[in-house]
Amino acid sequence: MQACSLSATDLACRRGDRLLFARLSFALGPGEALQLAGANGIGKSSLMRIVAGLMPAFAGTIERHGALGLIDERPALDPHLPLGRALAFWQRLDGPADNAAARLGLAGLMDVPVRYLSTGQKKRAALARLIGQKVPLWLLDEPLNGLDTRGVALVEEMAAQHCREGGICLIASHQPLALPGMGRIELADFAA
Amino acid sequence: MSATFLPLLRRDLAMLVSGGRRGGAVLPVLFFLAVAMLYPFAVGPDAVLLGRTGGGVIWVAALLAAILPLDRLVEPDLELGFFDQWALRGIGEEWILAIRILAHWLSFGPPLMLAALPASALVGIDGDKLWLVEIGLLAGTPGLAALGVMVAAITAGLRGGAALGGLLVIPLAVPLLVFGAGSLAVGGTSGLALTAAVSLVLLAIAPFAAGAAIRAGRG
Repeated sequence: MQACSLSATDLACRRGDRLLFARLSFALGPGEALQLAGANGIGKSSLMRIVAGLMPAFAGTIERHGALGLIDERPALDPHLPLGRALAFWQRLDGPADNAAARLGLAGLMDVPVRYLSTGQKKRAALARLIGQKVPLWLLDEPLNGLDTRGVALVEEMAAQHCREGGICLIASHQPLALPGMGRIELADFAA
Repeated sequence: MSATFLPLLRRDLAMLVSGGRRGGAVLPVLFFLAVAMLYPFAVGPDAVLLGRTGGGVIWVAALLAAILPLDRLVEPDLELGFFDQWALRGIGEEWILAIRILAHWLSFGPPLMLAALPASALVGIDGDKLWLVEIGLLAGTPGLAALGVMVAAITAGLRGGAALGGLLVIPLAVPLLVFGAGSLAVGGTSGLALTAAVSLVLLAIAPFAAGAAIRAGRG
């Protein structure tokens, strides 16, 4: 995997007239993972969108080397299409995927329209899309929402493998997550 | 960039042309034909009057038919997170929306031109005037498609965005209507040239205005 890095310096985020957090900094190199923890509404998702470049930061800078993939609460899969065809759309943009879908336990669901999938199954499908993207920087926004215990173990395993291969994982989650060598930032410490 | 053209166009066409939950191309065409069919009932069987005013009715019907799919042009993709995922892959909003304009036009432009044949017969237009209607629609419908995507992007995410979108398109489409329907009254090609000019201006502006609207709506 290509050399990658992700760092933030003195980030601050403002929503409306409320300053959510300030002076937040971190730096991640190849193979490193970081969990952003904190209560609901503390700014985890906003921070993810700022890091992804989808939202401007109120202050501070992001430095990023390497392409970036994001999972959030929206799966970005056409609800009326069977899962196989919905994923195939992204494969046409990202290049052919490996057997990620099978490893995620989706093999039997390829003919099922996306709108009939459960929350956890949609999360797995989004993970398959992310793996197929083959990017070094992973942003996982609440990746464990709606997943059963096996699903949680799968996400941990996929993230660990991604880090072993030299990728970077930035995970926003209020749930505990076991990942070897993962750092942890409590967003509450930076609340303004 | 060009590698993304076909997958995106294919998806847009599957979404806009074929049936399914997000509608299809059939409904606007049926709507268009229904208006053309109702008009003679409303004004009576006076062939001279029908022939003189029928072209205008066809243009108004085409405009209204183009408004029908407005709410599913941009909003669903925004809600499902597609635009964010495209942005992460470095695919520009302008490019995506330019392709969407093309797909939107393909889904209603050529079908309306076909439907204009029976519609013209219903309102008593034939011969040279039928050609003017067809070429006028060919020149004008791309502008309507660009306008539709632009307004859909601007109103996406607003409450009652669909109704507001329709209201916004109508005044902006007035130049197209004036020149397109006007070319039938005057005859000759000057009206058609002006219709095409308005279309080209809209086509040039729309992807950028719509892309800026999508980016402004992020956050």
